[in-house]
Amino acid sequence: MSPPPAEVPSYLTAEAGLWSWLRTKDHKRIGVLYLVLVLLFFALGGFFALALRLELLTPEPDVLGPMAYNRAFTLHGVIMVWLFLIPSVPTTFGNFLLPIMVGARDVAFPRLNLFSWYLFAAGGVITLWGLFQGGADTGWTFYTPYSTTSGTDVLPILVGVFIIGFSSILTGLNFIVTVHTLRAPGLTWMRMPLFVWALYGTSLIQVLATPILGMVLLLVAVERVAGIGLFDVGRGGDPVLFQHLFWFYSHPAVYIMILPTMGVLSEVICAFSRKNPFSYRMIVLGTVGIAFVGFFSWGHHMFVAGQSVAGSGAFGALSMLVAIFTSIKVFTWIGTLYRGSIVLSAPLVYALGFIFFIFFGGMTGVAVATTSADVHWHDTYFVVGHFHYIMVGSALMGFLAALHYWFPKMFGRMYPSGPAIGSAVLIIFGFIVTFLPHFLLGNMGMPRRYATYPAEFQALHVASTAGASLLAYGFLGIAGYLVWALVKGPLAGDNPWRSHGYEWASHSPPPAANFLTPPEFEREPHDYTVVEAPRVY
Amino acid sequence: MSTEGTHTGKFRAEHFGTLGAQKDAAHLGMWTFLATELLLFTGLFAVYAVYRWAYGGLFHEAQKHMDVLLGTVNTFLLVVSSTLVALAPRALEAKRTHVATLLLLGAIAMGLAFLVLKGVEWGHHAHEGALPGQWYAFEKLRVPGASLFYTLYFLMTGLHALHMLIGVVVLAVLAVRLRRRTITAEYPVALELGGMYWHFVDIIWLFLYPLLYLA
Ligand SMILES: [Cu+2]
Repeated sequence: MSPPPAEVPSYLTAEAGLWSWLRTKDHKRIGVLYLVLVLLFFALGGFFALALRLELLTPEPDVLGPMAYNRAFTLHGVIMVWLFLIPSVPTTFGNFLLPIMVGARDVAFPRLNLFSWYLFAAGGVITLWGLFQGGADTGWTFYTPYSTTSGTDVLPILVGVFIIGFSSILTGLNFIVTVHTLRAPGLTWMRMPLFVWALYGTSLIQVLATPILGMVLLLVAVERVAGIGLFDVGRGGDPVLFQHLFWFYSHPAVYIMILPTMGVLSEVICAFSRKNPFSYRMIVLGTVGIAFVGFFSWGHHMFVAGQSVAGSGAFGALSMLVAIFTSIKVFTWIGTLYRGSIVLSAPLVYALGFIFFIFFGGMTGVAVATTSADVHWHDTYFVVGHFHYIMVGSALMGFLAALHYWFPKMFGRMYPSGPAIGSAVLIIFGFIVTFLPHFLLGNMGMPRRYATYPAEFQALHVASTAGASLLAYGFLGIAGYLVWALVKGPLAGDNPWRSHGYEWASHSPPPAANFLTPPEFEREPHDYTVVEAPRVY
Repeated sequence: MSTEGTHTGKFRAEHFGTLGAQKDAAHLGMWTFLATELLLFTGLFAVYAVYRWAYGGLFHEAQKHMDVLLGTVNTFLLVVSSTLVALAPRALEAKRTHVATLLLLGAIAMGLAFLVLKGVEWGHHAHEGALPGQWYAFEKLRVPGASLFYTLYFLMTGLHALHMLIGVVVLAVLAVRLRRRTITAEYPVALELGGMYWHFVDIIWLFLYPLLYLA
């Protein structure tokens, strides 16, 4: 492996000063800019999650009153879903790695890429301003007619999320065009890294589903301002129509969160079991399948909203199809791990956590997609447990796996392995303690979104809050050693994991132009039948 | 004709290998954007379908109070303007830049005429009290739910008019750039993309017109 020529600066040092970052068109720097915002939002959403758990420690409202509680869970939900989970992997690691993984110099439209970051930042600021100065009590789902009549300040949040949606569309558009037009010579579709496939599937959902969300948010906003009566029963409107439109986006949005992290899993598992994927084709099929079926399952959110029995049955069956595609992926990952040369490392621990959580979250997903069972579990902690297993358990583990796998790629420095594995174990354990009780609580009849509850639920709530505190310590640990690594960590070298992923064919951290000579990807991605790691271009 | 392999540095951004690849990317980007736009309108079309299904007879009644003549004139204006816009790249290709500019100016005039007529029509509705939701005071049609038709009418034509306005600005910028020779026959992509947007906005109207005025 050739050492990086000293005279070529990395993208980090190519230009200096804050201003050079704020006007950069380099996809890597934009990825880092996104990472900063996304982590900030995550910390904020996590802080309010702790506040909620603290309130739920006792049956009485002692930390937060009912209204403050409503505002806090809206804050938590809105920030985590719209400001963290949806942009988390594509805008950060996607932006940073997609062009490198296809051997390009940048995304197709670099200026648009920077513009979408500013849109995201603006949308985030407006949303946060709305959440903090007035605060809404609608939850992140803005259900009508409550959201159109609530006395709280919903409007700025709707506007902020609308702008964030627009930014999400532009990122998706950029990725689609990049994958179609900027692949290096010889990089055919079936040779694309699995992370690129995952981002591509995600981008399609972003481009095709987000406008519907934009429209429905706009309609709620207009309703609040002008009283047009579209979702108002008194004027002949139908509030359930809102739910259909909302979930037409927001169910696929779950795949905007989970598909990219599944791509991360494919990369990480191949790299740390040092084996080719058990079946590249099956993972691609699973990705495309989930992206497609995800569009036709939104009605499972309305089993108790007066939907026809035939409709509910169809939506339930289609939702279960998602589980089939997901399990194809899970089995492929396990098949890849089987008889691999496992290298224990923080990214792999998170990946294993992901597999465990998606198994649990997926199984309970099939359970709530069963119409008769869902009537019992609807709007209870069972559902809260289910979607936290998917959105936190799986998506967040994937994000953390990506962060730990590509940290040396992005910043050229290494974090200490021991504390990293320790934090990972703590987080996985803390997560189980936090959310496993939710299934039990829900099954016993504890409804979601209440600040108070009958005393017999207290033991499980205390367990859940204790788990949340473990999670908090885990995240503090990560923050500690990553900041240390950023400043004082040992230099990682070009390919510390000896990974065969395409992205490691450039220096770490990469030069501004990504590659010093045009790369040639002669081998399949994730090909471990050859011993030596890819050449650095 | 393929521009594959030519390295016209003047127009090509450095991350594209060839000018042809850059052209493809620009077109694909526009198509993807239009797909997004189509889905945005689809949200409204879906709402229209739902309420049309629920209040079929009422929508039929409400349509009798629409100004079909103005709607038809507007349809005509848009179809002709689209033809003009479609001819502009051909004129540019034939090195007749001033003709291309004039074609765009013609389309802009028609677009503005459309917006004026639309405004006149909205004025009539407002005068009669045929307005959305809480503002509804239309004496000729006092049936519960009747305001929904006008809610949808104003939302759909309003969103479309906003797109028309953006389209007019886009065409104006293109006309200026043609005059300044910053769009030339060598690399007419901007003109093509602007045209695609204009056609898209027209096609949306071709669906709005029968849904709101005819059937
Ligand atoms: Cu769903």
